[in-house]
Amino acid sequence: MKLTFSKEDELFRAEIAAWLKANLVGEFEQLKFRGGPGDEHMFPHERKRWEEKLAEGGWTCVGWPKENGGRGASIEQQVIFFEEYARAGAPGRVGHIGEGLAGPTLIAFASEAQKQKYLPGIVSGKELWCQGYSEPGAGSDLANVKTKARFVEDSSDKNQGKWIINGQKVWTSLAHESDWCFVVARTDPDSVAHKGLGFFLVSMHQPGVTVRPIEQLTGTSEFNEVFFDDAVADDIVGNPGDGWKVAMGLLGFERGVSTLGQQMLFQNELDEIVRIAKENGAAQDPALRQRIAEAHTGLRLMRYNAMRMLSAGDDGALDKSSLVYKLHWASWHRNLGVLAMDVLGPEAEMLESAPYNLTRLQSMYLFTRSDTIYGGTNQIQRNIIAERGLGMPKEAKGR
Amino acid sequence: MEFRFTDEQKMIRETAESFLQDVSNSEAVRKAMATEAGYDADLWQRICTELCFQAITIPEQHGGMGLGFVELAAVLEQMGRVLLCSPFFSTICLGVNALLVAGTEAQQAEYLPQIVEGTLTATLAYTGAAAARHGGNWGADAVTATYKKNGDNYTLNGALRYVIDGHTADLLIIAARAENSQGENGISLFAIPASTAGITRRWTPTMDQTRHQADITLQNISVAAAARMGDEGAAWTVLQKIISLAKVAVAAEQMGGAQEILDRTVAFTQERVQFGRSIASFQAIKHKAADMMLKCEVSRSAVYYAACVAQEALAADGDKTIATELHEAAAMAKSYCSDTFFFNAGSAIQLYGGVGFTWEYDVHLFFKRAKSSELFLGNGAQQRELIAQMLLD
Repeated sequence: MKLTFSKEDELFRAEIAAWLKANLVGEFEQLKFRGGPGDEHMFPHERKRWEEKLAEGGWTCVGWPKENGGRGASIEQQVIFFEEYARAGAPGRVGHIGEGLAGPTLIAFASEAQKQKYLPGIVSGKELWCQGYSEPGAGSDLANVKTKARFVEDSSDKNQGKWIINGQKVWTSLAHESDWCFVVARTDPDSVAHKGLGFFLVSMHQPGVTVRPIEQLTGTSEFNEVFFDDAVADDIVGNPGDGWKVAMGLLGFERGVSTLGQQMLFQNELDEIVRIAKENGAAQDPALRQRIAEAHTGLRLMRYNAMRMLSAGDDGALDKSSLVYKLHWASWHRNLGVLAMDVLGPEAEMLESAPYNLTRLQSMYLFTRSDTIYGGTNQIQRNIIAERGLGMPKEAKGR
Repeated sequence: MEFRFTDEQKMIRETAESFLQDVSNSEAVRKAMATEAGYDADLWQRICTELCFQAITIPEQHGGMGLGFVELAAVLEQMGRVLLCSPFFSTICLGVNALLVAGTEAQQAEYLPQIVEGTLTATLAYTGAAAARHGGNWGADAVTATYKKNGDNYTLNGALRYVIDGHTADLLIIAARAENSQGENGISLFAIPASTAGITRRWTPTMDQTRHQADITLQNISVAAAARMGDEGAAWTVLQKIISLAKVAVAAEQMGGAQEILDRTVAFTQERVQFGRSIASFQAIKHKAADMMLKCEVSRSAVYYAACVAQEALAADGDKTIATELHEAAAMAKSYCSDTFFFNAGSAIQLYGGVGFTWEYDVHLFFKRAKSSELFLGNGAQQRELIAQMLLD
């Protein structure tokens, strides 16, 4: 066990830090510390250009293998990249779903032709992705997918044809900015639960796809409903029936290195709370001191959890720390939101401006109410921990 | 950066695990804790001669293994799991650390080889009854014993309390302050054989019987200048370091204890049938167990990180930047692990139900150790106040 970085890694750190310093300027200056969770709706166009800027410097997909267009960075270097990225205040990545979720899935499960078709667009920062999993009837019960995929043969050639998608997805972040969506849909209409699903790649630029924003309790819209009415899928990853396997493989990638970038955003939020507490005297209140120290501790320990997770076996086996990771960070972040308001006191209520423009901390406070729901609610997380981590009996199924 | 055990460290942990599970079972713990000494001297000798855990952090020049704090933490975790009744914690995590951090070359050369041989136990005695003020005060104000210079010698007076294994340790590392000094000033450390004339020691029976404490009275005891560790009157900085290292050690034990009681609780709920099903199948039970596991895993991360920092802080050639994190890392580990162990042990009684309330089942032993280890060196809230001071003041 060792906490120090090698000389080579420190050089890598200097390289990315210098690049960010030189490039996060001009039109990108205004993006500093913007566009994180709860702020995803801000500066979408500027942030898209920033993706391309990153790509020019070779700073997208740093953790991907070189043969797939990535930088082939080691885990340590990925850690460093995310640390420096956040330290510089570089904006939330609009390309993160492609880079962190779609890409790794394609690398693991897609055909060579599919990889060549889709990966370059992600690496160049020019094509953005969104995720089509949740449905009105498939929230925590993710396998309860109703969206259908139907194969239509070409009239001239029975072996050729296309998949037609019909149904509705919900809670799709960045759908309105995206070029592509990966969609889990039922290929076997008589199947139930996780059997008979397919994993489809669907262009968002077609008449059969309609995006409708969901107005959240923040008054903003980061999430959308997406309707598929005879939409045509460009590709299926794996075979019909493999959808669940591919989708679950993808959830594994969600717990990857990118969580470190998220932690740096959390650190920025905590720093602001500490600054306010010192300014308004909340830092002298014994109860708030306890909560600030607890928040600081929780965040540091989140980092050490992630380090354990990332250092775990070379065989790709997940460390036990990964099972508790989501529950820990989501609960921590929700508490941070409450802490921010309590440190601010009555000033916490004051909007930036009418009609409903929130300050950064207000936005964070409200948005964190979704943290403990999306990506597996705290209750689902506890089931997973108890069942997979502790070997306790599985929940009874109602069907 | 590599945040996991090396193969060698894994081996040490596994060796400790299999040995301790064998020798420190419920029967052995209950037998040892009922004695005045609080430990089984034969078992201590086996640890010293067969396993050599006491030698882990002692440098090779003094006959030790010259390994680091990470290896020590790996062993402490296992000791915590079995509530080992042993002078190991006091001798190594208080005594040896004090000698390594503050001891003169002569003191190290005299005492460390004896500890390696298993012929000497040691402890740290720095607090008076003042450590209980305001519900726990383990800072410089807790040092109330006094010294005054008397020719070439020092004369020490005062009462020390909450001293782990203070009634059995052969060597006492005593903190005292110059008469009329206050706060962090005027504190000196002395390495004093317990047999020195004028020292009286009394076992103070405690709720947690698995770790014994003592009162020590110093009545005009006279010690040579050579017993002083480091500069006169300026020992607070090194004492603080010794305390932080001890916190990391306690946290490692707490994490082991919290994990063990979780494992036992899960096993119990799997076996226990009510309403025609194993109670482990109830979501109310599963979710409580999940919370216990989360706390265990986060505690583990806290301990491993703090152990890495402690390693750099303790090693002569350690990384200076990382070493500066010691007080913070120690306070974080001690706060989180204290709260975790207590939560898990308390939850265990609840999930065991009625039998968890009996003397027969071991749950109460964990519950009691959880509280005593939480109080020792300051509970979670007191550690968080230290963190708040670093962050806010």
